[in-house]
Amino acid sequence: MNRRIQGIRYGILSTALFLVLLPLVMIAGGMFMGNAELVERIGGVLGINRNRASWRAVPSYMTLKPVVELLLDSPKFFKMFWNSVRQTVPVLLGQQLIAVPAAWSLGRYSFRGKKAVRNLYILLMILPFQVTMVSSYLVLKNQGILDTSLAIILPAVFSTFPVFIMIKFFESIPEELMEAARMDGAGEIRIFTAIGIPLGKGGILSAMILSYLECWNAIEQPLTFLREKSLWPMSLYLPQITADRAGVAFAASAVMMIPAVLIFLWGEGYLEQGIVASGIKE
Amino acid sequence: MSQKMKRKKRKETILAWAFLLPSLFGVSCYVLVPFADVIRRSFSEAMTRTYVGIQNYKSIFENQAFLRAGRNTLRFLAVCIPLLLALSLFFSLLLMNITHFREIMKTAFLVPLAIPAASIVLLWKVFFHENGLLNGMLTKFGMQSTDFINSGYAFAILIFTYIWKNIGYDLVLWSAGLAEIPESLYEAAAIDGAGKGKTFLYITLPNLTGTFFIVTVLSFINSFKVFREAYLIAGDYPHESIYMLQHLFNNWFTALDIQKMSAGAVVVAVSVFLVIFLSERIMKHVKESGGER
Repeated sequence: MNRRIQGIRYGILSTALFLVLLPLVMIAGGMFMGNAELVERIGGVLGINRNRASWRAVPSYMTLKPVVELLLDSPKFFKMFWNSVRQTVPVLLGQQLIAVPAAWSLGRYSFRGKKAVRNLYILLMILPFQVTMVSSYLVLKNQGILDTSLAIILPAVFSTFPVFIMIKFFESIPEELMEAARMDGAGEIRIFTAIGIPLGKGGILSAMILSYLECWNAIEQPLTFLREKSLWPMSLYLPQITADRAGVAFAASAVMMIPAVLIFLWGEGYLEQGIVASGIKE
Repeated sequence: MSQKMKRKKRKETILAWAFLLPSLFGVSCYVLVPFADVIRRSFSEAMTRTYVGIQNYKSIFENQAFLRAGRNTLRFLAVCIPLLLALSLFFSLLLMNITHFREIMKTAFLVPLAIPAASIVLLWKVFFHENGLLNGMLTKFGMQSTDFINSGYAFAILIFTYIWKNIGYDLVLWSAGLAEIPESLYEAAAIDGAGKGKTFLYITLPNLTGTFFIVTVLSFINSFKVFREAYLIAGDYPHESIYMLQHLFNNWFTALDIQKMSAGAVVVAVSVFLVIFLSERIMKHVKESGGER
């Protein structure tokens, strides 16, 4: 009886996971599908012919041609890929400079006004983009950085979400460690760099992974702040490629997805910790 | 001594603010001050900058598009959040009750979080297009083909996408909440002879109240991001069933209608805060009355 219930549980979970993972598997499979097979199978969806779509888990003829063609022979795609990198990496680095000290301050020190700042940061964290869209637009326009990558980078650097995540991790460092360091005559800045950063590493990485997934997937910000299409990241360019060049469309989806999935696999533990931290109540 | 303590305290306060300063400066410069300006603008005329009272608010509440988009957004929230909460709780309970592959299954549920919206656009077309896979299956059963993305089914597709994307996030939160419930409570219930159903109703659920609140708030916040998928798949003007506030803001923006956008931003901000404030209130109330039992 018990074994049967257990079996049902595994059955339900496997079915759900099949649905959850299906898109990943299909994109990965489509990446190796040659142009002719792609047109044959999904030409009807792309408006090339009137075929009914069909699919196979593994392409009938595996080829890397679309990936190679995309990487070597599509200057536009290359540019968009770099735009994505250029608008993601500086954000992650900038957040370390700005958010880590802020989280240290809010997580470790007690001072007047701390609670107010903390609540303010939480409020800002939960605001949807649409609320701050017009105010951000106006300030970026004022500063003359609209239509430059900075318009994407600067507001994201000052996001309060990573601060919120890291506070929890810094708070959990035992006070005795800091006291001991003070006894040894370490200054507060030294304590931050020698104790805070190494022991808060988990929090820093958690926040970084969550920020990375957010930036790599940015749609709203570039759509609003970049009218100049040559600055667009891949996330906005990709839907366009489908119409232009059907043969490489799946390869493009896959190439955009691969860095995110690799980082996910590497840092899955941190990602989970970050999610748990985002849910700790005050 | 006390003098020394005071000096130390002051030094600490200065240091704390120094660590905080760069972040606070940026937040003021990019969010607080501009938003204060938007509040002011929401009561003014865009060109002349003269005060017009609640005129802008009146105009958006008389605006058919705003009302429809607001209604659609509410309808979306009312369906997707309870559904996501229930499904993710269900799966986290299932995961808790199996012995093998627990961690790897949890990881697998999180995978969609890493898949960029742009990567699934083509795939969703393959599924839901008039010539797509789903229609292929349906016609085999003798049904008519439908263009799912440009019909009322778009709403269901969006709900599915939201759940697919967020189920792992919520599942991790529920699992953390479940892990916090002390084992002794379950043991005590077992000694009292409580069955599975009763244990769930009287031990598990009440102890998840705090988690429930957090999961709801985070699901609410994440629900706004479904615009990414909606926009990439269906564009500026999707089927009217999924024309939401995010689309409307985007289109107002294209028209640079600063007046409407300012008033709209304030209305959405106030609504978001109200929802979160109210749910916190309700949670506190439930928790307190739960404690008395």
